[in-house]
Amino acid sequence: MNKVNLTIDGIKIITDSNKTVLEAALENDIYIPNLCHHPDLEPVGVCRMCMVEIEGRPGQTISCKTSVEEGMNVKTESEDINLIRQTALELIHANHTQDCTNCNQNNQCELQKVTAYVGIDEERFSRMRKTRPHIKIDDSNPFFTLDMNKCILCGICVRTCNELQGVNAIDFANRGHETIISTFGNKGFLESNCESCGECVVRCPVGALTPKNSQIPAYEVKTTCPYCGVGCNFYLGVRNNKIINSRSDKNAVNKGSLCVKGRFGYEFVNHKDRLTTPLIKKQGKFVESSWDEALELIAEKFAKYKKEKFACFSSAKCTNEDNYVVQKFTRVVMGTNNIDHCARLCHAPTVAGLAQSFGSGAMTNSIDEIEKVKTIFAIGTNTTAAHPVIALRMKKAVRNGGCLIVANPKEIDLCKHAALFLRHKPGTDVVLMMGMMNYILSKGWEDKNFINKRTENFKVFKESLTNFSLDFVEKTTGVPREKIQKAAKLFATQKPSSIFYAMGITQHTHGTDNVLATSNLALLTGNIGKSSTGVNPLRGQNNVQGACDMGALPNVFSGYQKVNDAEARKKHEKAWGIKLDGNAGLTHTEIIDAIDKKEIKALYQVGENPVLSEANSNHVIEALKKIDFFVAQDIFLTQTAEFADVVLPAASYAEKNGTFTNTERRVQRVRKAIEPIGDSKPDWWITSQIAKKMKAKGFEFENASQIMDEIADITPIYAGISFKRIENQGLQWPCPTKNHKGTKYLHKEKFATKNGKAKFMPLVYKESAELPDKKYPLLLTTDRSIFHFHTSTMTRHVEGLEKLNDRELLLINPIDALQYKLKDKEIVQVVSRRGKISVEVSITDICPPGVVSLTFHFEESPTNVLTNSAIDPVAKIPETKVCAVKVEKL
Amino acid sequence: MDINQVIDNANVEWDKLIKSKIPTILVGNATCGRSAGSQEVIDTLKEETKKQGLNCNILETGCIGMCYLEPIVCIYKQGYPLTFYSNIGKQDAIDLVNSYLINDKNLDEKIIGVINNGVKSDLPDLYNIPVMKPQVRLVLQNCGIIDPTNLNHYLANKGYIGVQKILNYTPEQIIEEVKESGLRGRGGAGFPTWRKWTFCKEAKGDKKYLICNADEGDPGAFMNRSLLEGDPHSLLEGMIIAAYAIGADTGYVYCRAEYPLALVRLKLAIQQATEKNLIGDNILGSNFSFHIKIKEGAGAFVCGEETALIASIEGERGMPRPRPPFPAVSGLWKKPTIINNVDTLASVARIFQNDAKWFSQYGTEKSKGTKTFALVGKVKNTGLIEVPLGISLKEIIFDIGGGVPNGKKFKAVQTGGPSGGCVPAELLDIPVDYESLAKVGTIMGSGGLVVMDEDTCMVDVARYFLDFAQKESCGECAPCRLGTKQMLDILEDITSGKGQIEDIDLLERLGNGIKKGSLCGLGQTAPNPVLTTIRYFRNEYEDHILHKKCTSRVCKDLIYYDIIPEKCTGCHICFKSCPVKAISGDPKNTHFINQDLCIKCGICKDKCPTKFNAIEVYPGSKIMEGQDNE
Repeated sequence: MNKVNLTIDGIKIITDSNKTVLEAALENDIYIPNLCHHPDLEPVGVCRMCMVEIEGRPGQTISCKTSVEEGMNVKTESEDINLIRQTALELIHANHTQDCTNCNQNNQCELQKVTAYVGIDEERFSRMRKTRPHIKIDDSNPFFTLDMNKCILCGICVRTCNELQGVNAIDFANRGHETIISTFGNKGFLESNCESCGECVVRCPVGALTPKNSQIPAYEVKTTCPYCGVGCNFYLGVRNNKIINSRSDKNAVNKGSLCVKGRFGYEFVNHKDRLTTPLIKKQGKFVESSWDEALELIAEKFAKYKKEKFACFSSAKCTNEDNYVVQKFTRVVMGTNNIDHCARLCHAPTVAGLAQSFGSGAMTNSIDEIEKVKTIFAIGTNTTAAHPVIALRMKKAVRNGGCLIVANPKEIDLCKHAALFLRHKPGTDVVLMMGMMNYILSKGWEDKNFINKRTENFKVFKESLTNFSLDFVEKTTGVPREKIQKAAKLFATQKPSSIFYAMGITQHTHGTDNVLATSNLALLTGNIGKSSTGVNPLRGQNNVQGACDMGALPNVFSGYQKVNDAEARKKHEKAWGIKLDGNAGLTHTEIIDAIDKKEIKALYQVGENPVLSEANSNHVIEALKKIDFFVAQDIFLTQTAEFADVVLPAASYAEKNGTFTNTERRVQRVRKAIEPIGDSKPDWWITSQIAKKMKAKGFEFENASQIMDEIADITPIYAGISFKRIENQGLQWPCPTKNHKGTKYLHKEKFATKNGKAKFMPLVYKESAELPDKKYPLLLTTDRSIFHFHTSTMTRHVEGLEKLNDRELLLINPIDALQYKLKDKEIVQVVSRRGKISVEVSITDICPPGVVSLTFHFEESPTNVLTNSAIDPVAKIPETKVCAVKVEKL
Repeated sequence: MDINQVIDNANVEWDKLIKSKIPTILVGNATCGRSAGSQEVIDTLKEETKKQGLNCNILETGCIGMCYLEPIVCIYKQGYPLTFYSNIGKQDAIDLVNSYLINDKNLDEKIIGVINNGVKSDLPDLYNIPVMKPQVRLVLQNCGIIDPTNLNHYLANKGYIGVQKILNYTPEQIIEEVKESGLRGRGGAGFPTWRKWTFCKEAKGDKKYLICNADEGDPGAFMNRSLLEGDPHSLLEGMIIAAYAIGADTGYVYCRAEYPLALVRLKLAIQQATEKNLIGDNILGSNFSFHIKIKEGAGAFVCGEETALIASIEGERGMPRPRPPFPAVSGLWKKPTIINNVDTLASVARIFQNDAKWFSQYGTEKSKGTKTFALVGKVKNTGLIEVPLGISLKEIIFDIGGGVPNGKKFKAVQTGGPSGGCVPAELLDIPVDYESLAKVGTIMGSGGLVVMDEDTCMVDVARYFLDFAQKESCGECAPCRLGTKQMLDILEDITSGKGQIEDIDLLERLGNGIKKGSLCGLGQTAPNPVLTTIRYFRNEYEDHILHKKCTSRVCKDLIYYDIIPEKCTGCHICFKSCPVKAISGDPKNTHFINQDLCIKCGICKDKCPTKFNAIEVYPGSKIMEGQDNE
């Protein structure tokens, strides 16, 4: 960056040539009053406060839109400048609520700051007319209010919603002095398309947009968000052992952004329904017990059900340390590899598929690289709902001139920002991508050099492409060929290109094939091993990456060291001082089946909720009824925990130390902000106590940091990680040594396969297991709401989120609604071969004709009663994205 | 078809029209004519000629400018000069057919004047009558003379000669010619056109735009409308030349949707020009391609501001953007863009139909050429005029305008619409040019001239314009959004007798702060009507504030109605018409107005028979003694 010299009020300064005069002044601690300036936003120059005079230019100029120039001589004050500032300021105050002491923004208000600097002539001000009528306060949103009587119309909120969020929920309405900030039709935030992210609220310089809970915390603790896999960092504000707010942190992951859940979804921590004491089921009822009594009982029972009679569900919501201890307990104390967690239901195909093609099953690139991607191919990801902060980066990439291709059966929100929308039929992802690749090859757009040097098996793969003619692809996917061709061209020629996907790819009986199609596409075009490229599975849970990394899987120890690898086993046997089973254990779905067959008799479940999350969940309920001994460990009494014999109260993320590993492989600190609620305890502590009660060695941990040290010792990809090193910022694995800086993107020089080469995988088209037929004519696919998370154990304990979305909605196309004579908001019954649920109808063309959609957040309408548990043969993931249903009127 | 052949054909058609044996009747049928009833005149003429079996051409034309004489009819009859008639009603139309066209008996009292096309006549030359004599019609030369829907009429009057000429020029040569002509932007600010074009031409970018600002929003201004209705091809020709000079391949005409006729004429003209390859790809076989689109504005005044206009074309809310960057560097969709006013572009067409020297013979040293004005208000001859720059306001108002009607005294003239200021009688000798007008606190503006007589209250005028400005403020920047409303509130207090003497200072300070602080031209000029009226008519403000009276008898709260006892005959008409029963008195006895009840609606004064004229309006208020007892 070129430097320029300029003088401001006689002070000589040097600054970057791309700065504005205002930026240059502020960064050199020269104050120029301003109200509409915000460093994250494009300047607009509407407040007229930042006027300066520049030698050689007539009159006054706004400094926020004036670029610095070499030799510029700037004056920040003069009689005319003061006239302008005072006029504007006095006018603003004449139309502003004059009640600072009762304002939430008192002492943090930019208007106060500017007023103190510029000054108001009281005598003149007293003569000004104060005729602005009171405008009704919009307090419809559960988390914040808009008081137009305090608004100075700087437009920062409007620009935030437009420029940063791409939501456009608010804009200016009316004209002149009647101008207001308004939602569409001025109906209030609750009825608008506002996503309640609160980004406008945090940026509002005055008291117009303020959080409803405006208490000031006694102290703040920096930690990592417990919701999705993005892993946003924020500060929890604490007062009297209660979380009262969260404030975003600026870092490489979220750069100061948060979504509605991250910013406002903390209330569950202090919810009155939290489990506060161990519970033992006696005569069918839960009775409170002491820790000692509960642990004794568990130790005694578990001792009876070791090895193949035992299984454990670990949790992607828990810390790495928790997961490490749980899998160690399962393997060391219970002598079995029967451990799995909900990754089985989300990204098992990613782990299985990418391990085949790249040798490592994780997001290849980093969140911070997204904004520089030229072509984003987002397939099977409803990013704005499921990974809102990553969606922001995608929108930024579009603003930066990149282009977004969305492939999805549903016209999701992200389509608004897309250059191209490919609406393929559910379950035809392989065909769509193979078709694109076939076209790329026919045009010679493949990266021949990359293919030759860094891949293998290309020939076989190429032959498999011949089955995917454009005719076939067009017919099978339902996407017009022009769009397929255009997408192929963009992806192959407008580089760097990057693939993003989520459950739309994985939750299929051919989920692994889908994943392989993405890796093939990246390899073919050479879009891997470079910045802003890659295959980027977006991990769902806050620590699903970590739970996998920690070996809460039946076939691997931590760091994907295979249990059937003799060397790896030997290493662990040495470290843990015990003989280990070399056979892979059962997977999530297989464990349920084994319980159903009474082969597994005891289950230790740490923070899972399969009654709502598992496909064909009636089957889960049937199985759980048959179990001999079931221990559930959670923060709330979940729908699944109801079936337990012993329930153990766990501390939430806000009450314990540890680490989460986010979707981009970044190991980040989780910090204790408050004391555990009631008698709840950190999960690692509880598991260790059970182990100790069972006289096991190697569970003498005193804190989470010690556990991480053991993880680092035994896990090559985590070897360089310690609490000390990640104090300020997380590290991305592989981080093999104590001075390694972590890995921004994978496969730079070679792939993680044995020979270092990536493998093309030939693919064939496989239909989904259950497609619509005469009896069940509609295809049901599943989705997420931005306001809830997974089975809503946390989010439905946040009153505001519940207010924003309190019921399941069956999304159905108007054509289908007409055919089945359904009305909007009508309650109907959705029936599949496995069960039925009641749900409210929402008629929308988000869904194409023939496809209906549900989330699975609501126990009142448990969607997974309907879904199909047919599994992918490789990854063992159930097909929750496609099943056949019918809709019946009640 | 070759363009020369097209022009030859056009000349033949035009000659036929004005030299044929069949009479030709032109009826001014622009918006002003239509509101005076011209459509009925046309229908009547058609009906009557048909009835009489008279073969003649009946054509519509635009407005010739003398709106006060509409409907205007112009007749060419072989052996007679081209004769213009005023105020033609239905019967007049019948008479024209029967007595003049059939029986050679002219309607002398209806004749305005003639254009002497080789036929000797005693009738006054149209261009020599008082209202026309001081005018120089360059831009408006075709308005009211040709049929705007007929391209051939335009072609036969030097039309598109400029385009043919410039296709052999380099862009630099065009800009040089414009520089030599001395043309300055007619939108109001008077920035030299050639300089603006040069910025754009030299700006980097493969795509450039030309926009014609036809968003004429000043109350009482209709210069652009008249040109678009009466001679749309002049604008298109100017646009083609400008686009060639700056390197634009796309042009927009941003015209308000409230101009339906102008839009129809403009669309037709674009279609005609496109058919003859004057617009489109490879214009007249050259390498130059240029397409014109019309963007209809929704009527926000601020969209006449160039950056707001750009935002509006882009589909955004019409809010201005700070300059720099200027549109010439970064405008429509961030591409270099030139925005010129209709009048400017039409002037460009004339410059190239003739030459720079010809154009610059008119005007003053710094302000060359002519300017069209909409002359309205308390003036006898209202209408559209075109005068050489440098003419005095006095000549415009008294020579062309014929002075103030009804024997009233002239008080002030407002130039530049809501952005301009009021010029008092003592300054009427100043020449109309950009610099002189600025010196007295007003602006040239786009061409509105509102004449005010002694019955106009200057405080109320200021209030009126501020009311307009605050309603049209887009709300973006604080000084304009809140300042115009604040000033309006104060002015409303003053006109309703609630003002304080300090308010005058407050208005001045606010006005200066708003002018300097506002983001765009709207706010930067909105205080002008207030500041100039304070400057020249401070006494009126003081009368309102200190003496609680409106000497012009306009502000309702500061006047009163009273019955002159000597004149009142007790006819009881006022008693019966008063809507609030404020008048008392028995028939045949003197009546009284109860000032407490009177709402100053003026009905009593209107109803009082003129032979009595017993009710009068007075400034101030009347304290009625003993009224409570009645």
